[in-house]
Amino acid sequence: MPNEGFFQNLAQAVIDGLPDRARALAEEALRAGIDPLDAIEQGFKPGMDVVGDGFAKGELFIPDLMMSGEAMKVGIATLEPELMKRKQERRVLGKVVIGTVQGDIHEIGKTLVATMLTANGFEVHDLGVDVSAQKFLDKVREVNADVLGMSALLTTTILNQETVILTLKEAGLRDQVKVVVGGVPTSPEWAEEIGADGYAENATEAVEVVKQLVGAV
Amino acid sequence: MRIPILERLTAGDVLVADGATGTMLQSAGLPTGQPGEAWILERPEEIIKLHQAYLKAGSQLILTSTFGGTRPRLKAAGLDAQVDQINRRAAELARQAAGDDVYVGGDIGPTGELMPPLGKLTYEHAVEVFAEQARGLAAGGVDCIYIETMGDLNEAKAAVEGAKQACDLPVFCTFSFDTHGRTGMGVSPAQAAQAMAEMGVDAVGANCGHAPEEVLDFLPQMRERAPDAFLIAKPNAGIPRMVKRQVVYDAEPERMAELALAFVRLGACIVGACCGSSPKHIAAIATALHD
Repeated sequence: MPNEGFFQNLAQAVIDGLPDRARALAEEALRAGIDPLDAIEQGFKPGMDVVGDGFAKGELFIPDLMMSGEAMKVGIATLEPELMKRKQERRVLGKVVIGTVQGDIHEIGKTLVATMLTANGFEVHDLGVDVSAQKFLDKVREVNADVLGMSALLTTTILNQETVILTLKEAGLRDQVKVVVGGVPTSPEWAEEIGADGYAENATEAVEVVKQLVGAV
Repeated sequence: MRIPILERLTAGDVLVADGATGTMLQSAGLPTGQPGEAWILERPEEIIKLHQAYLKAGSQLILTSTFGGTRPRLKAAGLDAQVDQINRRAAELARQAAGDDVYVGGDIGPTGELMPPLGKLTYEHAVEVFAEQARGLAAGGVDCIYIETMGDLNEAKAAVEGAKQACDLPVFCTFSFDTHGRTGMGVSPAQAAQAMAEMGVDAVGANCGHAPEEVLDFLPQMRERAPDAFLIAKPNAGIPRMVKRQVVYDAEPERMAELALAFVRLGACIVGACCGSSPKHIAAIATALHD
């Protein structure tokens, strides 16, 4: 039976942002016959929660979140074959399509949101940067997304968030997907003005907002 | 005819810098998504007009329109065959607008790429691309290399090293402390100032960022760790908000002028503005400082 200390080590590997250590511990978990799902939900995931909190409070920064996200990703990938063998999978809270709007090449904030959503059990389809309304639309349709997340950092590209929402409406898809916006010039008021369903100030808040929108709280 | 910029600062003068570039070019018709660097060769008259607007407002130090002038950034815009030409020409245009009395800073911004372990841009390669840009700027006749909006300390160091490899001009470097009083990468004003002082940077400071008032806290922290460096304050004109489909920055020119006076009292000797600012903000700052 795994002890709590072992799960804490898994969490710590994520908190410290050490992918190699996360891999080694995941392998150890497999050798010890620990349920891979427990290793994720009681080990890696609580570690990521700590990092998310620290990030929201301004105690941790972009590199911390990125390295922790990488450690969690590597840890889960190591457990993946055993999960499949046991016909287990993490409960998927929802499908999210995410990207930075057309004309805008700012990537980091959007990627952090994708990382945090993935860590929290969402299936994330990251379209990258400079994403056209059509590309967002096609992906939402293709994967039957529950949530669409759009980032914009430039004062000029933020208007494209509205363009995407209008495109969804025209295609008759607006009612099937919740829309969340983020990025420096955005605000709750802006979200309301363009008819989005949510706004998040940072990657940690984004997880809470998306969870609420899919009813996973 | 101007004396070398460091002599001018050593004499105790305060220089008014300029304000936002990208938004000014966009209001002149630069399409969204197209970088301002494209206009350096295509529409040089617009670049000159931009500089003239700030000169008229009272800028004594204008920056070249080359924030995205490193090879990785120009490559993303399909302009990487012209790195040297774009930077050199931008410096020539600024020099032409500035005449003999106003200083021109050769502007260098981040590459937009991440360094290991987060990304693939190695320190050595970063030094190379920054040196390449600085060479073009120096050849075009700038008075100093002006690195800004840095977030990653290693990238800033690479930029300084590249600039120093490329030329013997003074090197300035400012950071964007936009995340809880640090850069997005977690660098504090004290850490930034200390590292820059150790590399022999002539002026350090804060630009862009979050609320301009925060710079009041940053300057003393930087002064303590870099006692011999000149200090720069070039913050955003407030925090952006959307009002009727328009992005509005909430610091009026009068507010920026009040803050500029406070920055100078804290030891800043180069004061300007960043995102959301216009020649009106610079004119208010220039009037306040030179009264």
